[in-house]
Amino acid sequence: MGTAIAGFRSPTLEVDRLLDDLRTRIIVCCGSGGVGKTTTAAALGLRAAQRGRHVVVLTVDPARRLAQSMGLTSLDNTPRPVPIPGADASAPGTLHAMMLDMKRTFDEIVESHADPDRAAQILANPFYQSLSSSFAGTQEYMAMEKLGQLRRADSWDLIVLDTPPSRSALDFLDAPQRLSRFLDGRLIRLLAAPGRAGGRAYMRVVNAGFGVFTGVLTKVLGAQVLRDVQTFVSALDTMFGGFRERAEETYRLLQTPGTAFLVVATPEADALREASYFVERLSEDRMPLAGLVLNRVHSTPAAHLSAARSLAAAEVLVPATAPDGSRSCRGDGARGDGGHQIAATALRLHAERLQLVAAERRLAQRFMAAHPGVPIVEIPAQPEDVHDLPGLSAIGESLASR
Amino acid sequence: MSARDTDWEGVRLHVVTGKGGTGKTTVAAALALALAGRGRKVLLMEVEGRQGIAQLFDCPPLPYDERRVAVAPGTTHHAGGDVYALAADPESALIEYLEMFYNLRHAARALTRFGIVDFATTIAPGLRDVLLTGKAAEATRRKVNGEFTYDAVVMDAPPTGRISRFLNVSSEVSGLARVGPIRSHADTVQRVIRSPLTAVHFVTVLEEMPVQETLDGIAELRGLPSGGLQLGGIMVNMVRPVPLPGDDLGKAAGGSLDAGELSLALKAAGIDDEAVPGGRSALAVSLATELAGYAREALAADGQRRRLAGAARPVYELPRIPDGIDLAALYRLAESLREQGAA
Ligand SMILES: Nc1ncnc2c1ncn2[C@@H]1O[C@H](COP(=O)(O)OP(=O)(O)OP(=O)(O)O)[C@@H](O)[C@H]1O
Ligand SMILES: Nc1ncnc2c1ncn2[C@@H]1O[C@H](COP(=O)(O)OP(=O)(O)OP(=O)(O)O)[C@@H](O)[C@H]1O
Ligand SMILES: [Mg+2]
Ligand SMILES: [Mg+2]
Repeated sequence: MGTAIAGFRSPTLEVDRLLDDLRTRIIVCCGSGGVGKTTTAAALGLRAAQRGRHVVVLTVDPARRLAQSMGLTSLDNTPRPVPIPGADASAPGTLHAMMLDMKRTFDEIVESHADPDRAAQILANPFYQSLSSSFAGTQEYMAMEKLGQLRRADSWDLIVLDTPPSRSALDFLDAPQRLSRFLDGRLIRLLAAPGRAGGRAYMRVVNAGFGVFTGVLTKVLGAQVLRDVQTFVSALDTMFGGFRERAEETYRLLQTPGTAFLVVATPEADALREASYFVERLSEDRMPLAGLVLNRVHSTPAAHLSAARSLAAAEVLVPATAPDGSRSCRGDGARGDGGHQIAATALRLHAERLQLVAAERRLAQRFMAAHPGVPIVEIPAQPEDVHDLPGLSAIGESLASR
Repeated sequence: MSARDTDWEGVRLHVVTGKGGTGKTTVAAALALALAGRGRKVLLMEVEGRQGIAQLFDCPPLPYDERRVAVAPGTTHHAGGDVYALAADPESALIEYLEMFYNLRHAARALTRFGIVDFATTIAPGLRDVLLTGKAAEATRRKVNGEFTYDAVVMDAPPTGRISRFLNVSSEVSGLARVGPIRSHADTVQRVIRSPLTAVHFVTVLEEMPVQETLDGIAELRGLPSGGLQLGGIMVNMVRPVPLPGDDLGKAAGGSLDAGELSLALKAAGIDDEAVPGGRSALAVSLATELAGYAREALAADGQRRRLAGAARPVYELPRIPDGIDLAALYRLAESLREQGAA
């Protein structure tokens, strides 16, 4: 099978070496939406377990059938054992998988940081409820939080972390800070305890504006709402320190050498642009990048038959335009026999495939030229979705072979 | 030609949702163009602050203002129509709302400077949603001199995962505001959204996850308390042509195509190749393998089609445009929607 990017000098990402290295404790799969983060995370976890490691995979929003194939049928936020096909008897690894439940995780933080009364008060507050289930970034923050928890539990020697679906891969790194910045914000502190924030002169100015603010809010939302906001904010106030500390701790964990970031991208312009941004950001933040996983790469077993020759041959067998002007390349038997029809179709599709392969290669090479040192590994595009353990196993194989 | 019936006669607000990246913005724009035929005026509105419409129509970022972005082609019998676009954001919508109902423009601007709107819409996403759906409802109902400003409004809406929350404004806000002006505003908006004036369309591609999200989204909207939300159609986007007729497709996918016959055909076309055991050419074997991949993809897509059929909604198929989306491609997609009766 041809490698779409053969010939270029980017180093190969040696996946088995990464998985076998016992110093690798955390693998984070990042990338823009829909590129295959969850699939890659699951395949890596499975392969690592097949090679003898004790692995937990934390998935976010897996496809239903994939979740089922890993024995995850409900969201309960606890790791479940997954039977490993093709496990090496001499190196018995284990695999656990779990799905992130962001609301549950948030609730647990509240419960562990506040006394029971206060926790109950927060959990019941309508603002808490909407923040914990729909703040943009909550899912990312909770993924990090869960990662921290799994790491502290120390029951596994490898954690594979899938990241939430989002347009931009950077969201995973930005969101937690966005949440703590929000919780730390001047306004929220003002609401929590109007008397404490800032110096006196500053307060006079702020309070003037603040009066307008509360006035309008009361007018538009009603006094009840304002009270709810204040209850919520002052209840959270006690936990700010804890929140920030934990976010920072987990962020630091991501900078340690035991962590390996894998950026997943498909060979498409948008996905690779996002991957580029992410690679740059990782180096700015001194986070260890292991490499790029180029997913859903197309190839052809007949690379030596050029598109031009292929199309010309198809034209000989079945002209694309029948005399009456209608297209007849659908094998409707208008011309030639069935064999010719099928051959013509195969040849036209082959020409299309060659164009696709060439386009993907151009995009991949542009990335490589911009990031020459970044190791790369490819996963071929499968004709069907990947949703069972044998399918994941096959992806693992292709990750390891070169 | 007389005006023909379309599937969504009477619908004035078209909400377009779908899994991220399946083509919501593209399809919403195509639908707006399709609806704007026959001299109509349509507003295309986005609510996610991404300037997707401006990118699509290749114009500078849209302000909070309704601008004409495209002219729908006319026919020999009808003048073309106009597509206007609006990038709605909650902050501007709030200012507009406060001004419209309370004459509070100055106060509203001060609040914005404080970052208070940002804050309020962060801790209360329901507030954000009601402002945006409120803007859509307002544009839908707006009249000047007794005439509707727009014949239709098309909203490029949030993705499937958030759509039912987004549209269920009244109950979302009720937890936050039990009484008061926001509450009654939400109720007014709800009345428009829950009426036959509004339909919610789902965009998907023929892959497992987007199809699952579509089915889940439809079930979720059907299950909303007190019902009344009109489901629209399913727009299947980026459809590839089926490479072979049914029988051959199955054979090709299963790898049981007659490679011998393929070898002969290739020979007839003058592209011979070395023979491999069994008398077939190596090239025929390779091409059969490649064809098998295409065939399996086509069969998998068919499987997803059957799942979608289970939702019992009108389905419209839009082709994948190989060279990407530009204005010409949008017109093509719009035409296809019209031919299929979506507009
Ligand atoms: N190599 C591949 N060949 C074919 N299909 C693939 C491949 N990799 C992933 N897929 C399919 O693509 C879809 C998206 O993959 P996946 O869910 O892993 O992406 P993701 O990056 O986690 O998406 P999201 O951003 O929505 O979380 C799935 O249906 C999956 O089965
Ligand atoms: N029918 C089509 N043929 C070819 N390409 C298409 C088609 N429809 C959409 N695309 C392309 O697919 C990509 C995603 O489309 P679009 O931005 O409309 O999706 P979206 O659902 O709005 O995405 P997002 O969730 O990011 O808002 C774009 O690059 C677009 O040009
Ligand atoms: Mg995922
Ligand atoms: Mg969009």
